[in-house]
Amino acid sequence: MISEAVVDLSRLQFAMTALYHFLFVPLTLGMTFILAIMESVYVMTGKQVYKDMVKFWGKLFGINFALGVTTGLTMEFQFGTNWAYYSHYVGDIFGAPLAIEGLMAFMLESTFIGLFFFGWDRLTKLQHLTVTWLVALGSNLSALWILVANGWMQHPVGAEFNFETMRMELVDFGALIFNPVAQVKFVHTVASGYVTGAIFVLAISSYYLLKKRDLGFARRSFAIAAGFGMASVLAVILLGDESGYEVGEVQRVKLAAIESEWETHPAPASFTLFGFPNEEEQRTDFAIKIPFALGLIATRSIDEKVMGLKDLIAENEGRIRQGMIAYGLLEKIRAGDKSVQTIAEFNKVKVDLGYGLLLKKYTPAVVDATEEQIKQAAKDTIPHVASLFWTFRIMVVCGLLMLGLFACAFYFTLKNTYESKPWLLKWALYSLPLPWIATQTGWFVAEHGRQPWTVGEVLPTYLSASSLSTADVWGSLIALIGFYTVLLVIEMYLMIRFSRLGPSSLHTGRYHFERDAAATH
Amino acid sequence: MFDYETLKIIWWVLVGVLLIGLALTDGFDMGAMALMPFVGKTDNERRITINTIAPHWDGNQVWLITAGGAFFAAWPMVYAAAFSGMYWALLLVLFGLFFRPVGFDYRSKIENRTWRNAWDWALFVGGALPALLFGVAFGNLFLGLPFRLDETLRMHYEGSFFGLLHPFALLGGVVSLSMLCAHGGTWLMLRTEGELYERCRNAARLCTLVFLGSFVLAGLWLIVGIDGLSLVGNFDPDAVLNPLVKEVVQDNSGWLANYARYPITILAPLAGIAGGVLALRSTQSGKSLQAFLGTSLAIVGAICTAGFALFPFVFPSSIDLTSSMTMWDAVSSEKSLGVMTIAAIIWLPIIFAYTYWCYSRMWGTLTNKTIEDNSHGLY
Repeated sequence: MISEAVVDLSRLQFAMTALYHFLFVPLTLGMTFILAIMESVYVMTGKQVYKDMVKFWGKLFGINFALGVTTGLTMEFQFGTNWAYYSHYVGDIFGAPLAIEGLMAFMLESTFIGLFFFGWDRLTKLQHLTVTWLVALGSNLSALWILVANGWMQHPVGAEFNFETMRMELVDFGALIFNPVAQVKFVHTVASGYVTGAIFVLAISSYYLLKKRDLGFARRSFAIAAGFGMASVLAVILLGDESGYEVGEVQRVKLAAIESEWETHPAPASFTLFGFPNEEEQRTDFAIKIPFALGLIATRSIDEKVMGLKDLIAENEGRIRQGMIAYGLLEKIRAGDKSVQTIAEFNKVKVDLGYGLLLKKYTPAVVDATEEQIKQAAKDTIPHVASLFWTFRIMVVCGLLMLGLFACAFYFTLKNTYESKPWLLKWALYSLPLPWIATQTGWFVAEHGRQPWTVGEVLPTYLSASSLSTADVWGSLIALIGFYTVLLVIEMYLMIRFSRLGPSSLHTGRYHFERDAAATH
Repeated sequence: MFDYETLKIIWWVLVGVLLIGLALTDGFDMGAMALMPFVGKTDNERRITINTIAPHWDGNQVWLITAGGAFFAAWPMVYAAAFSGMYWALLLVLFGLFFRPVGFDYRSKIENRTWRNAWDWALFVGGALPALLFGVAFGNLFLGLPFRLDETLRMHYEGSFFGLLHPFALLGGVVSLSMLCAHGGTWLMLRTEGELYERCRNAARLCTLVFLGSFVLAGLWLIVGIDGLSLVGNFDPDAVLNPLVKEVVQDNSGWLANYARYPITILAPLAGIAGGVLALRSTQSGKSLQAFLGTSLAIVGAICTAGFALFPFVFPSSIDLTSSMTMWDAVSSEKSLGVMTIAAIIWLPIIFAYTYWCYSRMWGTLTNKTIEDNSHGLY
């Protein structure tokens, strides 16, 4: 029997380690490009200050990168350690993008990153620039492959269940790569990384400008961040809208939960701007709605309706009943009846096998599930609504705040008057946490919105965990929390120390603190 | 392009290649860091050892990540069983690996003796612990692991972490730790000079001696005391992928059957020993490159020795022989293997090419002066 506590603890551990890992990833994605842009300017203009910029921002990038690498290891290990049945059940498809990610992207990024840091005196200017671009390319390609893997969990295409091996198997690699969900997620995710990098540089440069030191260095950094951030934030928001459309197509439950849309209303659906989701009563209290908007986002039309949660639950109940038939036939086949007829019958209903597996949580014998168990399983086919509703709105608000910031920063950069606008510099500085809040809540929406599945409509989360004891998972959870807390404290300490120090930390003698020291001697 | 049976063999070879790649590259990182607190007496000397691998450790570590990914993709069932079964052993490897990326980058960021000393020991753990545990895991493969598969192919593991600490498995740990430390030592010989070089040379010699002794001892122990598995009946490597339909017996004394059947495989243990001897002689005469080639040969030989002995088994069970996983039946589908084979054919040569370029650019001996001239730029 599977222990529910082990499943819940494993989920908590995975969520915690994944969100923690994603504190460092977006900054890496964004900073590699910003560094590549700065270095391109250096190679084109030959001005030393741009080289100093690459080296200084590269130092901060390195502090962040080290923890990104460290915490990435945990992610790879955990599929095996804590989600063994998941690994067995879908490894045939899920493993391939991970292996290719290693060969094609990680190798590239990681082999050249050493040359980025240590190759300045050993490479020509052009060689070093190429290295920097290859690091940026590698880190973004690895995001592509991991999101191909993640996109498949959201919308499993190109795979089929094999009753001989009791697992999903790859049938169409092209479908896996060109999965529309994966593509949209990839661009939305990397663009959010670019925004993170841009805010990081913008905020810290604003700090120097407010302190009136290293002005030439800070101005150039501010301008690059403002331009790069403006383009990126537009991309995130437009592509976020695009992913709303994709979610509407393939993950109707997630969309309805984000909108706290309990009833199916006649088209065009309205968008709930604000309200209080009430899970008990299955309704949204005090809802403020914008007419037409949800229909437009989710279906790109005004005459298609968007299904509400109550109807989706009813629909899923039908699929669970169908899944029970599929499970019964699978048992028959596994017991030795491999007649053409049984297999044909199974093939007809196997698309709902995953819904049958949902019942495993309520009864070991799926085919004998009671009415009550079926109803309960159907009710549990939707994720917790209020948490999705709120996290989604927090993400959107952060996005809009950043859009406003970059619009102003970019405008005043063009007019070259940002330096005399302390309100703008302070706004930029205090906006530093925004991209992290947005990316963390964004991932919460994406992954919690997938529940109760690890692989949408294929494999329930409940079945995916390893057969471990609660003590094992408690132990690892506590150890990980301990390690991660200590590492975060050290990382933040170094990050703040070097940010405060600024380009003086390069020990070139050209910057603020060293010039002061030179002047007093 | 290839038939299924061939693909299965290709991936058995490729997982081996990635493991060897890991041991040859990340292996000297681990070995060098395990030796660092002992061969480096001053802060500068320790910085020299760290900076010999500074531009390369991250690329080298990707061999680990890629080997893990390939292992997951090619043998998902084995990946699931090994990682969840040996839960605490794998977590210890993971925690050990935590220390390296942060240790390298953070150590020299602050000039404080306590800070740097703490990171030195963190890097020592990050090098020595995984090197030791990989060997313990390999040792356990020869003994079999206490797991069974139920009819839905869900794995149930009936052992504990302490169950993995069988004396033979611990001997396996000594083999891998000494092997990688010797490799780290010869790597440092290539890149250092003066007193530091002398200490690295002595360390490499000592570790090579331990490696040779423990490697031979492990072989003798296998022959005398351990019975391996073999497949019996009409096993069809191309048939249905269900590990539960085969017949397995424990009649393979010392896991030697493959060596009798394919005598050419005896070259593997011979290479392990020859590599060790070459390293020993070259460290004596101070020929660094030869010594490094010697430890490299020893690594290739030792890993092949284990792989050939176990073939076709990759994850044997000690309590339910039928549940033992082989490279024939615990493997991914033909389609999946085919796609990854194409990816490997395209990318491996490219990886070899640019890795070579990176090493050649950063080559050279590191001295006290190198560190002093670039005190804020280097690790």
